Amino acid sequence: MTVKLILRDKEFEVRPGMTLLSSLEKINIIPEAVLATRDGEMILEDEILKDGQVVKLISVISGG
Amino acid sequence: MKASVHMRQHKLALCRDHYLEWIPEQTERFIKKYEMFRREERVLVAVSGGKDSLSLWDILHRLGYQADGLYIGLGIDGGVGYSDESHRLSEKFASENGLRLHVVDVAKEYGQPIPILAEMSHRGQGRPCAVCGLAKRHIMNRIARDLGYDVLATGHNLDDEAAVLFGNTLQWSGNFLRRQSPALRESPGLARKVKPLCRFYEREMAAYALLRGIEYIYEECPFAEGATSIYYKELLNRLETDKPGSKLIFYLRFLEARETGLFAPAPEEAANLHPCPNCGQPTSTDDLCSFCRMIEKLKTV
Repeated sequence: MTVKLILRDKEFEVRPGMTLLSSLEKINIIPEAVLATRDGEMILEDEILKDGQVVKLISVISGG
Repeated sequence: MKASVHMRQHKLALCRDHYLEWIPEQTERFIKKYEMFRREERVLVAVSGGKDSLSLWDILHRLGYQADGLYIGLGIDGGVGYSDESHRLSEKFASENGLRLHVVDVAKEYGQPIPILAEMSHRGQGRPCAVCGLAKRHIMNRIARDLGYDVLATGHNLDDEAAVLFGNTLQWSGNFLRRQSPALRESPGLARKVKPLCRFYEREMAAYALLRGIEYIYEECPFAEGATSIYYKELLNRLETDKPGSKLIFYLRFLEARETGLFAPAPEEAANLHPCPNCGQPTSTDDLCSFCRMIEKLKTV
């Protein structure tokens, strides 16, 4: 029973039933620093993630 | 239609189609509010191949402005062909949209790519970022003036501006704080500079590029890892997560405070500037400007 979140070459697993926001906090990713997509569609932070879902995270921070 | 983007600082959630309309509408509003440029003026967009600059070019083109692009080939590889890929994506965007892209290759024009120029000039404590910034500012200004553009537009977003503001506030850098603005008027030797995206969060610009289907360079500049500006962005984003709207308020209240006289003017500054005898761009030094001095010095190495 897991939800997979992928950011660049890193994979994280969280338990299903949490919102995207809670899931990001759980794996210590700042929600403001990423966009989340599932099956190519952007999803919002209040979306509840279900078992077996894979969420691709896109880092939005750039600069130097 | 289901919402795609939630902007907590505006208490606004929009679906894809409305979001793709909203961003250009807001950009137009900021262009007018900060008196950046008019429809009949020619705009040169500094394009890096990243999400912000390509989105800016896309938006200005959609709004009907006369916007050409300028790509500066920095010669940064980093094992990932960083500059080659960003150049390819900039060219691709230009050709797909029928837009004109000027290209300046630093190594071809000045003898060496940015990382080598930085190494040879011993500037920037092991990082080429200071030399890169100096070279980009010089070249952008030169091309805008030489080719007769009315204004130079860059893709700085609110996170960029807030991070710079944060850094300058930590050090109370009065000269920098006084000059940080969405629009800098032209002055002798300097083109007008504007930042039409300065009120959008970085996350919003990434969402725009993604929803619009703009292919941009996702890889970070190999030299940006560990950069102070990124650290400041992270700090501000932690604050934003806990207190939505903090970044926006930080930046907007700064602009308001400056407008209402928070900073005393520095009249002696303009009087001390004079044109560089080599390139004509203004400098506060007695001889060549910093960029020309660096290039001249390298010729003797």
